[in-house]
Amino acid sequence: MKIVTIDPITRLEGHGKIEIFLNEDGNVENAYLQIPELRGFERFCEGRKAEDMPIITPRICGVCPVAHHLASTKTLDAAYGVEPTETASKLRELMNCGYFIYDHTLHFYFLAAPDFVVGPDAPPSERNIFGVLKKVGLDVGREIIKHRAYGQRITETFGGKATHPTCGIPGGISKGLNDEERQSIEDMARSSVEFAKFSLGIFNDVVLSNQDYVDLILSDSYQLKTYNMGLVDDNNHVNFYGGDIRVTDQQGKEYVKFGEQDYLDHVCEHVEPWTYSKFTYLKDVGWDGFTDGPRSGVFRVGPLGRLNAADGMATPQADEEYKRMYKTLGGRPIQSTLAFHWARLVELLYAAERAVELATDPGITSTDLRNPVGEPGEGVGVVEAARGTLIHHYKLDQEGIIKKVNLVVATTMNYADICMSIRDAAKGLIKDNNVNEGLLNMVEMAFRAYDPCFGCSTHTLPGQAPLKVNIYDYRKRLIETVQRG
Amino acid sequence: MSKLKFGFYWAASCGGCEIAVLDMDEDLLEVLDVADVVFWPVAMDIKYKDVEAMEDGYMDVVFFNGAVRNSEQEHLAKLLRKKAKYMVAFGSCAYTGGIPGLANVSNREEIFDVVYLKSPSTVNPKKIVPRTEVEVPEGELTLPVSVRAPELSVCDECPRKKENKQITEIKRIVDHTPDPDKCLLEQGFICMGPATRGGCGARCINANMPCTGCGGPCPGAIEQGSAMISALSTILGLAAEKEEGFDFEELLTQLKDPVGTFYKYSLAGSIINRKVKR
Repeated sequence: MKIVTIDPITRLEGHGKIEIFLNEDGNVENAYLQIPELRGFERFCEGRKAEDMPIITPRICGVCPVAHHLASTKTLDAAYGVEPTETASKLRELMNCGYFIYDHTLHFYFLAAPDFVVGPDAPPSERNIFGVLKKVGLDVGREIIKHRAYGQRITETFGGKATHPTCGIPGGISKGLNDEERQSIEDMARSSVEFAKFSLGIFNDVVLSNQDYVDLILSDSYQLKTYNMGLVDDNNHVNFYGGDIRVTDQQGKEYVKFGEQDYLDHVCEHVEPWTYSKFTYLKDVGWDGFTDGPRSGVFRVGPLGRLNAADGMATPQADEEYKRMYKTLGGRPIQSTLAFHWARLVELLYAAERAVELATDPGITSTDLRNPVGEPGEGVGVVEAARGTLIHHYKLDQEGIIKKVNLVVATTMNYADICMSIRDAAKGLIKDNNVNEGLLNMVEMAFRAYDPCFGCSTHTLPGQAPLKVNIYDYRKRLIETVQRG
Repeated sequence: MSKLKFGFYWAASCGGCEIAVLDMDEDLLEVLDVADVVFWPVAMDIKYKDVEAMEDGYMDVVFFNGAVRNSEQEHLAKLLRKKAKYMVAFGSCAYTGGIPGLANVSNREEIFDVVYLKSPSTVNPKKIVPRTEVEVPEGELTLPVSVRAPELSVCDECPRKKENKQITEIKRIVDHTPDPDKCLLEQGFICMGPATRGGCGARCINANMPCTGCGGPCPGAIEQGSAMISALSTILGLAAEKEEGFDFEELLTQLKDPVGTFYKYSLAGSIINRKVKR
């Protein structure tokens, strides 16, 4: 592969940048997504108190703070050699369900729906959440707003704050549930089950009933044949909070399954000189550049990665939707990037159903909230973030002070996939030097499906990045810039 | 009355401030009745050049969140200041540097070394580090400012019982479970409540965890960390000092990571604000 070094940048516009290189015929030779900033959490967490980590690391990303909070707390469990109480584990899992309800709702309606509900080629000024509200009507809009808020309320009940929660401690949780809070969470969770089904209905009516969209989902430009990864329970069903990490291959067969503490035996990160985010790959398969197929260690995480890596969902209605999705799109695994959106809604339903199960668990209001810790040492903690598998790894000294931190986050794991998806979308779209504004959104749709969080990937930049696309001719002369944000 | 014009921008931030805006929930619709959002990169397709084309003072209020850590962010901070009548430093990071400001205990080379060369999962035989350049801004962004937040401390909002007790032991949440009804500081946990501006409703404390100071310094305080050290010095070991065998030095060794404890969110905005390289 030819490596292109992007010249030093002294002024950046937006939080992500795509560089597209054309060949002599004016067709796409390559495309890169560049992440231009680093905050350096791994370094400045050294020297902090261990118990501060669940408070500091949610500032990596305010969109998925609960995932970092819980990964960090589980890492401390392992580092202090303590099992959380059964109640604490259930409460943490319930909190994670609340976070999935909020985050998946946010992504589908606020960030993805503008493309599908308003339309991929609608005027940019309408292609946003305000345009979605206009299209679906204010009553539906209020339901969207209400259920996103429900997710936050569930988290807040334990975490003090939803965005930067504070309740996770090694061996347990700082606050339990009283009867009134339990009832309120049950009500919100039940309502979220209905809302998830309603959302799948919208996806059915707006996307699946429109042949143009179905063709788009199945088109070559959006296919990627990679490995898939996600946490699974004992039945190989999707789990967001615990279990083993399972990897499946391009045929949907299990490639490897391992415990979180063994991640270094299976997962590696590659560095490129032109971006601050690293690229994760499977150690045994190896790094083979930006390629897919069985010989490339690149894999996908997140909603589609998780569903592809599992054999089903652990709750009945979500499992039915899981089966329907694979039946409709031709069996497991699904390789279409745009199917991430559908998978996300199946997971929304699972999160809500699982929240009902946990909220009605007879032991959930127990006050047995924490176990005493052992001696500080080293630990690894893994949870599923909305965007995919999230790994924290700390070494503590004997006083419980952080000596070393390693973070492998979902968007880093998907980064190579995102780059390839962008490249393939650009290749499918740009022909014979013909570049237009529509390119931007089609390219964006390729990466937006992953719900990428560049804040996480470099522990630096937030959310869904505004974009600048530079297009160069074969002499590497800049011929066009399309940008937003 | 014509509608107000609002802008939102994120610099080096986590996105949590954008979520805080969305957390207004239905009230957001009321805001949209009185104000148009004319610039918001996370949700809208408005370009920088559109901002540059605005007349000075065109926007009524710009909410700027996140820390300033590179030249792009510095440029935007200055540009948006010019284009808005009021500019709000929104959230801890824009106000006092926040958690990203903790990177000031280190420098770029050390950060690169840890992230790209020493991380246990990184395979990097050619020792490649990214070459995209980031300029750290110099000089002051300070303009006449005022803090638009409640004039009280977290302690003022805290529902816990205070008994004006001295403390003779510093406890860590890892090893101890606090009594949920009593003042955390008087139980020996370092709670930043006395040195932190309130308005949050003492939410972390209500989750039975100490305040870690994200609201920034109290009204009138120059900086947060020294205010906390000062508050602590009034209750730490004073009464016990006269007792036989009391070792104040030993008590201080129980206090781990003072920078991360007292300046968790405000290091960049404090008097000694970074590692000094000689």
